[in-house]
Formats: sequence, structure tokens, C-alpha cells
Amino acid sequence: MELTFASLSEISDAVKSKKVSAKEVTAHFQSRIQALNPKLNAFTSLNQDALKDAEAIDARIAKGENVGALAGVPFGIKEMLCTKGLTTTAGSKMLSNFVPPYDATVVARLKQAGVVVMGKLNQDEFAMGSSNETSFHGNVKNPWDLERVPGGSSGGSAAAQSARLVAGTIGTDTGGSIRQPASFCGIVGVKPTYGRVSRYGIIAFASSLDQAGPMVSSVQDAALTMEAICGHDPMDSTTSQKAVPQWSKNISTNIKGMKIGVIKEYMKGGLDADVQKTFDDSLETLKKMGAEIVEVSVSMTEFAVPIYYLVATSEASSNLARYDGVRFGYRSEFKNLSSIDLEDFYGKTRGEGFGNEVKRRIMLGTYCLSSGYYDAFYNKAGQVRRLLTNQYLAAFKQCDAIVSPVTTSPAFKIGELVNDPLTMYLNDIFTTSTNLAGLPGMSVPFGMSKAGLPIGIQLTASHFEEQKMLNVAAALESVSPVKGKNPHVI
Amino acid sequence: MSSRGYEPVIGIEIHVQLSTKSKMFCADPTTFDAGDNENVSPISAGMPGTLPVVNKKAIEYAIKTGLALGCEIRKKSVFARKNYFYPDLPKGYQISQYDQPICESGTITFKVDGVDKTVSITRAHLEEDAGKSNHSGDYTLINLNRAGIPLLEIVTGPDMRTPAEAAEYGRAVRQIVRYLDVCDGNLEEGSMRCDCNVSVRKVGAPQFGTKVEIKNVNSFRFVEKAIEYEIERQIDALERGEKIVQETRLWDPDKNRTVSMRAKEDAQDYRYFPDPDLLPLIVTEAMVEGFRKELPELPIARAKRFQAEQGLPEYDALVLTTEKALADFYEETAKESKNFKASSNWVMTELLRELNNANKDITDSPIKPKQLGRMVALIDNGTISGKIAKTVFQEMWQSGKDPEVIVKEKGLVQITDPAAIAKIIDEVLAANAQNVEDHKSGKKKNLFGFFVGAVMKASKGQANPELVNQILLEKLK
Repeated sequence: MELTFASLSEISDAVKSKKVSAKEVTAHFQSRIQALNPKLNAFTSLNQDALKDAEAIDARIAKGENVGALAGVPFGIKEMLCTKGLTTTAGSKMLSNFVPPYDATVVARLKQAGVVVMGKLNQDEFAMGSSNETSFHGNVKNPWDLERVPGGSSGGSAAAQSARLVAGTIGTDTGGSIRQPASFCGIVGVKPTYGRVSRYGIIAFASSLDQAGPMVSSVQDAALTMEAICGHDPMDSTTSQKAVPQWSKNISTNIKGMKIGVIKEYMKGGLDADVQKTFDDSLETLKKMGAEIVEVSVSMTEFAVPIYYLVATSEASSNLARYDGVRFGYRSEFKNLSSIDLEDFYGKTRGEGFGNEVKRRIMLGTYCLSSGYYDAFYNKAGQVRRLLTNQYLAAFKQCDAIVSPVTTSPAFKIGELVNDPLTMYLNDIFTTSTNLAGLPGMSVPFGMSKAGLPIGIQLTASHFEEQKMLNVAAALESVSPVKGKNPHVI
Repeated sequence: MSSRGYEPVIGIEIHVQLSTKSKMFCADPTTFDAGDNENVSPISAGMPGTLPVVNKKAIEYAIKTGLALGCEIRKKSVFARKNYFYPDLPKGYQISQYDQPICESGTITFKVDGVDKTVSITRAHLEEDAGKSNHSGDYTLINLNRAGIPLLEIVTGPDMRTPAEAAEYGRAVRQIVRYLDVCDGNLEEGSMRCDCNVSVRKVGAPQFGTKVEIKNVNSFRFVEKAIEYEIERQIDALERGEKIVQETRLWDPDKNRTVSMRAKEDAQDYRYFPDPDLLPLIVTEAMVEGFRKELPELPIARAKRFQAEQGLPEYDALVLTTEKALADFYEETAKESKNFKASSNWVMTELLRELNNANKDITDSPIKPKQLGRMVALIDNGTISGKIAKTVFQEMWQSGKDPEVIVKEKGLVQITDPAAIAKIIDEVLAANAQNVEDHKSGKKKNLFGFFVGAVMKASKGQANPELVNQILLEKLK
């Protein structure tokens, strides 16, 4: 077994059967991180106790204890998720000194499943960005081309996974932040149905959209990770009581007779040629495999990006209010605190602690929620959001899953769009509507650009129908031209 | 009430702190006497990633209070975020209910100077409390123990017209929440906080005047005084031709006046929106009906029953129903004694006096209701006299012993044997021969009472007073 490229279950099985110790696995990936992270800037901090944690797992295995489905598997965690005793900055100066006293439920569940947390992964500040250029820790580089962005906001997770610095990573997705970087870096990224995964301990960006998910190397690994992290959490009342299926055991590449939807409003062009070709190829492949392609209409997707930015910025403006320098995190330096009035205190602290993109969104959200504008913006956005969801539900009466591109182009160059926020926002055109409708969505690698960059295909399904989505993804994965290809950095 | 041709218009908002064991949206304890920031978890501190989860008990208490106030209970209510910055507000927003509160459209009826007054309840909504800022020199120290404690804010319509009505309204709400056992009603500890909205207008004017809010008044006596002051202040201003500015004022109990706290002009834009971390609160009909069945008999109904079924005077009924524990005490006493009025008398006079002197609550009474009831029964069946009963009562208060035991130990059984009484009388008369002669000859007029007293003294108070009267009358003929 070549550890670097082993699947999660291969590592776990080897650790459990003592073919390799968790400690050896951890050490192997630690050396990869040491060698490659300086090029990628994917990790922002490392768990100094990783080897000890791995030893503890080995000790439990030696005692014959059941250590879970991901025993000894090294994982990297996006900075958005709180990790007890491990710095969690959300990519922001505002939280540059924040060490959470607790684990996010997702992290706690991964540990329960035997995962070794290797460290924290870089991201756009407070998950706001599509290129990983807004991080306080500097930008992450795409392992396929170091001059290009890895995508955002879970760019650190995507780059680390793509370069195999770890065996698995966790990202968060508010408007496409798992799927877009997964597509840019040639890995599998899944955003489960809203309510599948607890948000407890995940630093809130837009509460009604945020969802954590796996960013890993295969559909099978994604299913296995989801089984570990999904399920009702009494600490998050928006989580579903629905039982978590054993997706990994039920994955089937036989999609014969399945109806795959294509949203006709998406077919208006404007796609990069390589992306267009990848998408066309995916439809051909699905047909060849016996699926039926059906056209569906979700006309409200036209408004998805504006609705998304109204909802996300409004919620963010409120969620980020707690960063005021009073209880934790960054506080501006004041020579004489007693002579500062409260507004100056907040103004200076927040002015210095937040980056430009975050400030831009807080201002937008504050405006949307303010009296006199609420009805025209936030409230109206909510109404259109319900219409969009209803259209999706109607579409899923005609098909089992919907296939679409993930982004309009492959990974772009660092700095290319940084001064063009609107174009950057439009990058999310294919991904945001699934968040707005609370649907599960994922990206699976299925194409290579002429320049040698991976391109993903997006799949969505109806609420809690992750299995259908995973099956179609597995079918595409089985014949993907990206299979066996690795980024240049490796 | 009109004053100088003006009519006051008063509405009240009361924040009732619900006496749940844990906070509104997390499991932190709500103990009042905890050390600084002892009741604070990452959730209370608003740490990144933490989420609220609704406290079921708080919902139950809110619904019960709503039902007791005759409110409609919303089947679907919504928690919203009220966004503003303040150092003791950990999340940068307070979770509160905004346009869809859990209770709406109720009424409450209470007595003001013996007359029934009905006030409409516009709404009662759930929210979390903020923390506390303690300013000390150059520093402000934040205590978040209060942060997240459940509050039910009860809002009336502009229905009150006198300061006395406002104060009585507050007392009536306090009585109800204490009956329901959803709040201890302790204003000094902040368990209930009153905001009074006061305006005045010319009698007969169709429009309300500009209202002024008096915030955080911490006793009902102060509610009355603050509103009295505010009415006069506003009328004075209007008479001088000034305009009333919409503002928030505070009551200064030392100077007996209200002082301006902040003008409403710089009012915050709270940017309310539904909290995406909490799903709408759905309450089923079955839940509401279940809570309705658990409601205790409320004070006004109970007082009416005491009058109608037990023949108590209105005064007794009202006094006994001020507190549920007191009414319960009385009813248990009466059940044991089978004498309503006598039980009422003993509870209202002797017991309440002793409790008051000892600064004790009815629930801490050393005399248990069954004991008091049995003592009343001992009077009724002639075992002891009413006078001896006072001795027995004192002994019960001191020792907590049963009345029968005290009577037996101290030999306090009433002498009801006419022969034994006659014997004592004979002895007394023999010892007072001169007085007997004076009485019989009519020399001195009111010596009968003297003889009764002497006989009672000789019997150590144990002689049945009626028999003493009877026999003495015979002997002195």
C-alpha cells in the first residue's frame, strides 16, 4: 500500500489490523506537510500533539477496543471549525489569537471515528471569497499550477487534499466553497443537505446556508466521511432527526434508467471552452451508461447570485457582530482605555481586525437589514428563495439528480480577479442555488483543461437524497480522465 | 382621573424573569448568587461557532403565563435577532421575538380601590437577558451570568389612567406569575423589571400625547410615584406651552423625580430578522391544552370561591389569596378545622403577625396548617378556650409541637365540669366577701367582670368562660 494515495478505509483497515501503526501514518503525512506546505501555504497551524493522539489510537487498538471507521486516518480541518486547544482564526486577524475551549461537533465526531487531526487549513477570511486571496495567512496556491488560485473559500482544504498532505479534509460550503475549490483542485467535495451536518462549533458566516462536508480524493471516501460527521446534534436545532444512511456500502455505479436533469436556464453559454467540453462529455458518458437526460426548468436560478448575496451578507453582518474586541480575539491597542468612547473602541478594533472583503459584506448586509430596506431586500430575497426551492422540488419530480458545471472556468490566476469582486461573485453562479434551496451538492473531477488543470462536474439531488447524487458521481468517477492524474507539485 | 383638565394615558411593559434552572438558549445555570461569570459557558459568552437551543421549560412557562393572562397562544412563533452593540451583549444581538410573539391579545382584571379594572395585554414575548456592566474607575467589568436568562416581556395596551392602576396592575401580574410558580417576583433582585409609558392629553382629545418611557422601576410603590411625578411634569410643560419630547427617563427614588436618560431621536435601528439558527417555534393544540389543565386556580377566581363557597368576607378572601402559598395554607387549615371563618381569622391575624415579626415567609412557618387546623378544632369542640388557644398558639410557634401535645403537657384542658367551676367560684366569692356584699347591695355597679376575671385567674384560664358566666350569675343573685 502506498500510504500517500491510500483510501480512507485502506488506511483505517491497515491501522486496525496493525499492518501499520497510526503513529507511522501520522509521521508519514507530517513529513509530506513539512516538505510541501511551504510551497502551498495550505496549513495555517499544526497539531503539535498529532503523534501522541496517534499513539493513543494505537494503544486502544492494542487493547482490542473499537476505534471507529476512520481509525488513524490523518485529517486536516478548515480554520472555520473550532478545535479544542488548536488555533482557529477563520483566516482573520480578528481571531488571530483565538484558541477555542471546545471542539465543533464535526471535529468531535471525526475524533470519535478515530481520525488524527493534523492541523488547520487556510481559507478566505470568514469563508468570504472564491479564490483564497482574502486570508489573513496569505493566499493558498493550487498544487496543479502554483500561479493559480486553489479556489475558495476552502482553498486550503482543497490544496492539502489534492497534494495529499493528508488523507482527508473538511471544508465548509456557504455558496459553493467546497465544490468550487474541489473542482479547481481535482478532488471530490460534498456539501450535504442543509441540516445533515451540525453547525455547532463552525464559525458562522451565513447560518441558513453554511454546511460542512468532506473534501477528499474519491466518492467512496466522501461517503465514509459523511457517515462519520452527519446526524442530529442536540446542540444545533437546525439539524435533521433523519437517520444517516450507510452511503459508502450502497454506492453503485450502475445508473441505468436513472433520469438526469439538465437545467435549461443554465444552457445560455458563457462557459469557458474546456468547461463546456467537460460538461458535454459528462452528458455523453451518462447517456452511454444508460441514464436518460431530461431538461428541467429552474428559472429562478437567474436570481440565485443576487439572492445569495443578500441573504449571505445580511446574516453575516449579524453573525460577525460578536467580534468586538470585548471578550476574545483581536482588540486594537489603546494607550488610554478610559478616554476612548465605545464607538471608537468598536470602530478601531473592527476596522483593523477585518479585511476589505469582510468589511464590504458587513456593510452590504447591514444595509439590507436596515429599516426601510428590509422588505425590499432581505424579505424579498426570502420570498424568491422559497420560489427557487419549490422549482427545484418540482424539477426533482422529473429527475433523480441534476448535472451542471461547477464553475464557468478552471482555476484562474492569483491576482487576476482580486480587484473585480462582481466577476468573482458571478463565479458562484452554478453553486449558490443549491445552498439557497438547502439541497445536497457535490463536485467530482471529470475533465482536464488544455492547460492541464482539473475541471469538476456538479451533481445535485433532492433533500436527503445524497445516495442518488453519490451514485451518479461514482459512475462519472469510474471513467474520469482525471483518474490517476496528480498535481505537478507531488 | 383628570388633573387640571388633562387625562394621563399609561401603558406598562414588565420583564418577567422565568425561574427556569437553565438559560433560555443553553444549559448554563441561572443561580442568582453565583460568583462573577461562573454561569458562563462558551455559548453564554457568544464564542464563535456556538448556537442557541430553545429551553423547553421557558416555553412552558411563557405559555402558562399567557393562558393566565387570557392570551391567545401562537401556534407558530418566531425568534428574531435584535442587533445592537453593547459590551455586555455577547453576540452583538439579542434573541427576542418580534412580529410573531408567542402570546397575544389577552386581558387581566384586578381590583383598584375595590373596583374591578381590566387592562388589555397586547403581547407577551420571550427573549434572553443581556449581561451586566460594572463600572469601576477606569475599568468596566462585565459579568455575563445574566446573559441568556429567559425573560417574558408582557406589554399592555395604553389602558391605565391613574398611577394607582399602574401599580395595582404590576402587583396583579406579580401575583399571577408567583401563583404559576414561573417567577419569584423579586423586583429588588431584578426578577421583575417595569418600564412605564406615560403621556397626557386634554380630556376628550382623540389623539394620544407624546409618550415618555420610564425605565427599570424596581418597586410598585415607585411605579406609582414615578408616574405621578411624570404626569405633573408633563402637564406643567404643556401648560407652559412646551412640547413633550419622546425620551427615556429614569426614576430617582432619592430625589423623588424622573431624570432624562436618552432622547428617542438617536433611537437604534435594530435590524430585526428571523434568527436562522432557530427554526420557528411550533406549539401544538395538545401542548397548550395540557398546560391549561396544569394551571392552578388563579387569585381572583380563588377569592371569589372563598366568598361563595366558604362564606368568607371579601376582605378575608382578598388577603388570603395574595399569595398562593398563603391561600394554600389557609385552605389546608380550614379543611382540618372544618371552620372557615375561624381558620381565616387565625391565619390572617395571629399567624401573619408572627410571620411578619419574624420576617418569615409563609412556607417557613413553624406551625403547619394541619396543626393550626386541629387547634381551631380544639376550640370548637370545647377542649380549650379561645384564650388558652393563644397560649397554645405561642407554644406551637416556639416548639412546632402538635396542639394536643401542648394541651396535655401543660394541662391546659378546659374545665367544663359545672361542679368543679362552682367550687372555684365559691372559693373566689369567699375570699372576696366584701365585694360580694357591695355587688349585691348595688353599691358598686360593674363588679361582675371583676369576679369573672378572678375566677378565670384562679382556674389558670382553664374554666369554660360561658359556664363561669352562667354559674356566677346564679350565685350572685
